[in-house]
This record gives sequence, structure tokens and C-alpha cells, in this order.
Amino acid sequence: MTITLEQLSKTYEGSNQPVLKDVAVQINDGEFFVIVGPSGCGKSTLLRMIAGLTSISSGRLLINGKVANQMPPKDRNLSMVFQSYALFPFMTVAENVGFGLKSRQLSATEIEHRVDDALAMVSLSELRDRKPKELSGGQRQRVALARAIASEAKICLMDEPLSNLDAQLRAKMRVELKQLQRSLGLTVIYVTHDQVEAMTMADRVLVLNDKKVQQVDTPVNLYQHPQNAFVAQFFGTPQINLLKADVVGHDLIVDSVLRLPLIQMRLNDSKVLVGIRPADIQIKVGPQQANARVVTVSYLGDQSVITAVLNDSQRFRIVADSQLQVAADDLIRIVGVKEFDVFDMNSKELIASQRGDVNDATVAATEF
Amino acid sequence: MEMSQPATTGTNVANAKKVGQYVLLLFLTFLVLGPFLLGLWTSLMPTADISKGALWSSHISLDNYVAAITTTPILRYLLNSLVISTLTMLFQVLLCSMSAYAFVFLKFKYRKQLFMLFLMTMMLPFEAEVIPNFSTVRSLGLLNHYAAMVIPFLTAAFGTFMLRQAFMQMPVELKEAADVEGLSHWQFYWHLALPYTKVSLMTLAAYSFLSSWNQYLWPMLTTFSDSFRPVQDGLRQLQGQESFNNWGMIQASAAIVVIPTLIILFVGQHYFKAGLNEGAVK
Amino acid sequence: MLQSLPRNSNSKDPGAQSAPVRLSTTAQWSKDNLYVAIFLGPSLLILSVFVFWPMIKTLYLSLFLTDNLGHASVFVGLNNYMSLFNNPAYLSSLGATLMYVIAVSVLTIILGMLLAVAAQQRLRGIRFFRTIFSSTMGISVSVAAIFWLFAFNPSVGVFAQISQALHLPEINWLADPHFALLAVIMTTVWMNLGFTFLILFGALQQLPASLFEAAEIAGVGKTTQFFKISLPLISPTLFFVLIVTLIDAFKSFGLIDLMTVGGPNNATNLLVYRVYQDAFLNGNYGLASTESVVLTAIIAVITLIQFKLLGKRVNY
Repeated sequence: MTITLEQLSKTYEGSNQPVLKDVAVQINDGEFFVIVGPSGCGKSTLLRMIAGLTSISSGRLLINGKVANQMPPKDRNLSMVFQSYALFPFMTVAENVGFGLKSRQLSATEIEHRVDDALAMVSLSELRDRKPKELSGGQRQRVALARAIASEAKICLMDEPLSNLDAQLRAKMRVELKQLQRSLGLTVIYVTHDQVEAMTMADRVLVLNDKKVQQVDTPVNLYQHPQNAFVAQFFGTPQINLLKADVVGHDLIVDSVLRLPLIQMRLNDSKVLVGIRPADIQIKVGPQQANARVVTVSYLGDQSVITAVLNDSQRFRIVADSQLQVAADDLIRIVGVKEFDVFDMNSKELIASQRGDVNDATVAATEF
Repeated sequence: MEMSQPATTGTNVANAKKVGQYVLLLFLTFLVLGPFLLGLWTSLMPTADISKGALWSSHISLDNYVAAITTTPILRYLLNSLVISTLTMLFQVLLCSMSAYAFVFLKFKYRKQLFMLFLMTMMLPFEAEVIPNFSTVRSLGLLNHYAAMVIPFLTAAFGTFMLRQAFMQMPVELKEAADVEGLSHWQFYWHLALPYTKVSLMTLAAYSFLSSWNQYLWPMLTTFSDSFRPVQDGLRQLQGQESFNNWGMIQASAAIVVIPTLIILFVGQHYFKAGLNEGAVK
Repeated sequence: MLQSLPRNSNSKDPGAQSAPVRLSTTAQWSKDNLYVAIFLGPSLLILSVFVFWPMIKTLYLSLFLTDNLGHASVFVGLNNYMSLFNNPAYLSSLGATLMYVIAVSVLTIILGMLLAVAAQQRLRGIRFFRTIFSSTMGISVSVAAIFWLFAFNPSVGVFAQISQALHLPEINWLADPHFALLAVIMTTVWMNLGFTFLILFGALQQLPASLFEAAEIAGVGKTTQFFKISLPLISPTLFFVLIVTLIDAFKSFGLIDLMTVGGPNNATNLLVYRVYQDAFLNGNYGLASTESVVLTAIIAVITLIQFKLLGKRVNY
């Protein structure tokens, strides 16, 4: 079961602004494929186009090599789990799971069999005669899953299925969902706005922003090799630092006090954005040769997140060992940067990456 | 190339479906508007042509309207209705909101029992009580006067019930904050409770105006002169008086009565819909 | 400094809040009573004079024979009730009313539903159709009566012209005892449509779209979706509309007076019209009061059922 999107675009009737532009990707059989992006980026629209609930303005959608643009949803042989679960309030759990199967003209015994299996799989067998309103949020979510399982469709679309659960349950369900997908060999297309969900569950992630695909890649690559500043900022907590820098000879100079020597690259632009992960910055506390001042310190247990300000008031974050003795208004010195990415100032596209430690990053002390 | 084939048949099917939907909608429109349009159309035709059963006339004009306005008290009827309905509406909104306020925000003995009593009145149809009410109004000397048509409807159990629901949906913190600020009940009612339930108040206003406007039996019993007769009974009066078959003028009078209400309805529809659904589904 | 501040305000808060609240509950009792009198008094007075008292008076009168000014003269106990239910004219009136009420309710709901479903389509200009469908709400009894009297007119009405054109037997709708009630039913249903449409349409609009999308993906057809999803979900609203329509139909008076005057041959002499005739035309106030009590009982029972079921919801 592969799904191919070829330059899919969507423009709503009566509007000339597209909400999605030229989305192209191939989703492979058995893949857990996550579509992620901020709210309003068109990710749900994209999923609904795959489901057949929203029409496609241009481009092609292929399911198993067959053009499916005009195919009614029921013929696409897929199931869908909604954010609101879409359970029928007046039907029992079992009736909810079996409702769709009846219109597939399956025999009564076959339906019963599938409903039993699906409910067992999500451990809801005992609650089969309850009504949705008698269930907890997590249990309702399982009913919605069971309904998808019972359809035996090999493609399952999920639209933020965990967003109505509390944090603990969500973490637990992530693991269960992933297991379920593996054991049933499902191709899952999963929409979420939560980068953690995307990183932990996905085989591959499609990052959507501003109507366009930003990058399609594995979670590891998205984090380590973001193709533009948006992707870099979207993944990783705390967020990556994006600082304005001047190119001076073989160096990048940030706020005239932070120097990053360019070892593996040459840059043509005079101004760029440099992206540094907070964990990649090493500091020393103390006024000697200081080039930054601490603004806040957030203690997180095993580590602390420090916000500091550079000479020309560019702020940045550092993840430091929580043993480090540091407080607001302390002066610090950036002594090293492990690796960084350079992005174009205007297009925000990646220009180059530098890996390997930069040891002496300080230009000069600042006067605060 | 191979792609364009299924795509076009798909849009053809979609277009055919759309046409079908429009045909259905137009048919239903015709059913709903038919009697109204027929009446409106004949109001523009000379009665002589209408009496021949003609559906077309070469003398389309507003003559019937001019005749209705100049030779019948139709405008007086309209004015009467406007006065009666406006007064009824204003008082119902005021008194219903006050009693609803009492049931929600005031604490007193027998509150629950009194509220049940209010609810009970919703079971008692006014139509079944016209006999004693007629003698009450007669002995108060209110017959053939606006007062006879307004006073019995100054308040309504339904309105109280509806506004009580609306008040109960106000956040408790609002009342608590007002208590801390030291607002009196009157201040809270006037400055917070009423503005907060604006949509419900509008709905009740529209509802009470329309029900008053549509009263027929009660005004028929209590008015005997054109100076107080509201428009519903006035139209009946016209049909009786005018030579029975002056259809053109009767239709024109009907149009004069219905057009203002339709305009108000269309303008106020947004409010009305929101309020009705709130009341119905809760 | 910074650490001590929040602790300070914390210790102050609960005391500042609880003290006046506790005071108010007891001390304000008597003050509240003044407000109760002002806020509730006027409504209570109006309801007492024009609803409670008349009800008691009607009950009282229903046990008496009355003179022609409406004063009770001879106590007859339940005799008025006995004679009422032995009077074939009243029984046929009751039958006609039941027929009218049921026909009006069923047709109103079916047609209102049809309009509401049709207006769900997402098409250009659908707002226009929605406005049209709700329009009969703004048409009052006497205006509706004029439109339909014209339509039913035996010489110039559309119905007569249509049957003439199709060479069908001509029906004199309002003068024919077999058709007069049907004519009034048609007019009533037409008048009810606007309100019913608006309520049902609103209820359908509020149903979550994802339920239908889920059904769509599962391959459930549109018709099944309507009967298995929409109908059960809006059953509370349907029930509400049913009750309102039933009660309104039982109280019908205007259209009868305007269109048929209870005739022909008493075919459209519904309950309220009979009360009016017996009291104000025949001067038989005792009998009319008895009929009023019966009407009240019917409506009270329907309202009670509504109250009972409203709390429970109808289906789930």
C-alpha cells in the first residue's frame, strides 16, 4: 500500500489564495508517516485530501499506483481516526466499531468476529456494551482505534488522535499506537502539531509550513540536518538559537563579541543567520573576558536552561549542567561551540553546516 | 492524458448532481412561496381581471394599495398592532427578566415551590381561560382599549423560564465579584445580568412581539371599534365589509401587513436563530 | 523582599474573601425579601389575575349551570362533563381535532425535515433558500388565511383552475365537509413550516461533521447516514418540535374562524372554536368552561410528558 502525492495543491472555492502548494511525496508500505506543522499550515487539509473528504484542486493522488483524485472515500480502502474520535453517542462501543462494517455487506458472524478482535486488541472487550459518554477520554480514543482496526483497511489516517488526552496518557498511547501499527503492518499517516509526537513515533516526517513542504526526512536527519531555519526551530527543546551574524574573512562574528571560525566553508554573503543548538554551547561563569550576561535560569532537574544576552542584545539559550553555579545578572563567557548551521538571511535556507568543536569562540570581553 | 478522462466524467457527475440539488431547492421554494407570490401578484391586478380567473392582466398597478390605504382603516389597524405589540414586548422583557433574576440570584422561602407554580402556568392554555378573563377585563372597564390587550400579557412563564436558563449560565464568579465590589441586586441586574444575556433578551423580545402580533381570539373578544382593533382582526373585518369578492384590495391589504414583518424577520433572523436553538436544545 | 511578598498576600486572601460572604447569607435575608417583592411581585400579580384565578374560576363554572351573563346558577356536579362526553357533536369535534392535530404534526415535521435537509447542501446561494424556507414564520394567521382562501376559491383559485385544466372533478374545498378540514390542515402546516425548518435546520447544522466523515470513509450511504446518525442525534429537537406543534394545533382558533367558521356541517369545529361558540355565541358558559377544562387537561398532559422527557433526553 503506497500513497504517492504529485504536486498536490488546494485552493478553496471563492478564494485565490492556495492553502497547500505542490505537495509531493511518496509514502511507503508499512511506514509510520507523520505530517507535522504549526496550526493553520494545511496539514489537516492534506490528510482530508488523501481521505477524499476534501477535493483536490490540482496535482495527482495515487493509491497503490492508481489515480485516486475522484475516488469516493469508501473506495480508497482506508480508515481514519479523528481528533474528536467521531463516536456515535447513541451506539454502544461494539455498535460503534461494527457500524461501518454493516454497509460493507459482510456477514453477521464476520462482523462479530472483527468487532471482538478489534476490541480485544485495544483491551476494551469488557466495555463493549457501554455508551461513549460512560467512557473516559482514553477509552473513547481506543474505541476510535478499534473502529479503524475492524475495517481491516491497510492505510490508517490519524488526525491529531492524541491531542485530547492528558500528557501521561498521551505518552503511553504513543507507544501503544506504534506497537499496533507494527503488528498490523499498517501504513499510518499521522497528523500532529506536536514535534515530540512526530520525533518519537515517525519513520519519516513531512514538515509543513506556510502552505509548502519544508522537508521530508527521518527524525534524526530533521534534527541534525535541518534544511532551513523553520525546520531547525521546529524540532528540539529548548529551541535552537538563531543569531544574526556578520561574515568577516574566515570568521562569523555575532554581536562583535562572539567569533565562530569557518573551517570547512567559504561564504559569499556578508550577513547570515547562524543556528546553534543550546546544548552545543559551552560557557564559563565569571567576569573575566565575559561576552554575555545571564537573564534567567530555569532549573529542570538534571540540567538548567540559561537565557543570556549578548553585546547587542541578541538573546540565546544554553543548556547547562544543573550543577553549574549561575544566577541572573551573572556575567559569562562562551568558550566553545560544538557545531552550527548557517542559513541565508532572506530565504532562511541552509547554506552550510559546520561539525566539530570550535574551541576559542570569544573575540573580546564586553563591557556591560 | 489518461488522467483527464476520469477527471472530466467526475466533474460531469458532480455538475449533474448540483443541477439536481438546485431543482429540488427551487421546487421547495415554489411550494413555500407559492401562496405568498400568488397573493402578491394578484394584489397588483384589477379585481375585474382576478374575478375572471386570469393570471395575467394588462393593467398592473399599485391601485389596490392606494385604495386599501385611502378607503380602509388598514394603517390604523397596523398602528394599533404596533402599539400593542411594542408595549407587550417591552413589559415582557422587563418583567420576565426581573422574575427570572429573582429565581436565580435571590434567596427566599418557597423559591422552589413558586418556580414550580410558574412552570405550571405553561401548561394552562390562555385559550381555555378566555371566559373568566373576559369578565375580569369587562369588570375592570378595559374592554375596547389597548390595555385589555396588553395587561394580561405583561409577563409570561415561558419568558421567565427561558431567561432563568440564561442567567444560570452566567459564570458564578461574576456574581461573586459583584458581591465583593458591593454591588446591589438592582445594579447587578441592570449593569451585568441584562447585558450579559443580550441574545436571550433579544430572542424573547422577538418572540413576544410576534406572539402579540399574531393574537387573534382575545382581541376579537375585547375590541369593537377600529380605533383599537389590531391588524389580524382588522383584516378579518375588511373581508367581511368589502364587497366579498374585491380580491385585489384584500390581497393588497394582506401585503401591506406582511411585508414589514418579513423585513423585520429577515433582518433579525441571525439573532432569532441563535436564540431559538439555544432555547430548544438545552 | 521578593519571597516574603507572596506569602503576605496569601495569608490575607482567604480572610478577606470569606468574611463578607458569611455575613451576607444571614444578614441579607430580610433585605432580599424587599427585592423579591419588587422583582417577583408584578409577575406574580399578573399571573394570579390572568392565569391562576381564571383556572379556578373555569373549574368552578364547569360544575354549574350558568345564566346568560356567565354567573353560576345551579350546581350540577359532574353533569356538564357527563353530557359533554355523551354529546355526539362534541365527540365528533374531539375526533376532528385529533385528526387535525396528528395530521398537522406529522406533515409539519416531515416537510420541515425535507426543507432542513435540502438546505444543508453546500451550494452557491444556499443562504437565499434558507431565508425563503424560514419566511412563513413572519406570516400571521389572517394573512395566511387570505392567501389560502384565495387559492381555495372555487371560481378563481389555483386549485380550481388546476383541476379544471386537468379535467378533474372540481372540489369546493372549504364548502365540502370532506375537504374543509384538509384545507385547514394544509394552511396550518404551511404556516408552521418556517419555524419548524429553522429549528430542525439549526439542529442539523450543529451536528459534528466528523461523524458523517467517519461514516463516509466507512462506506455508509447517505440515506443510512440520515436515518442512523442524523435522526437519532436530533431526536431531542424533533421531540421539542413535535410538542410545540401538538400544543399549537390543539389551540388552533384563528384559521378556523377566518377560513371556515367551524363549518361546513361542523367538520372543522375544533375544540377552541367550540368553546368560543358555546360561550360567546350561545351564552352557555358552564358548558364552555367544561370544554375549557378538557382542553387544559389535554395540553397539561402533553406538557408534563415534555417536562419528564426533557430531563432525560430522548435517546441517549
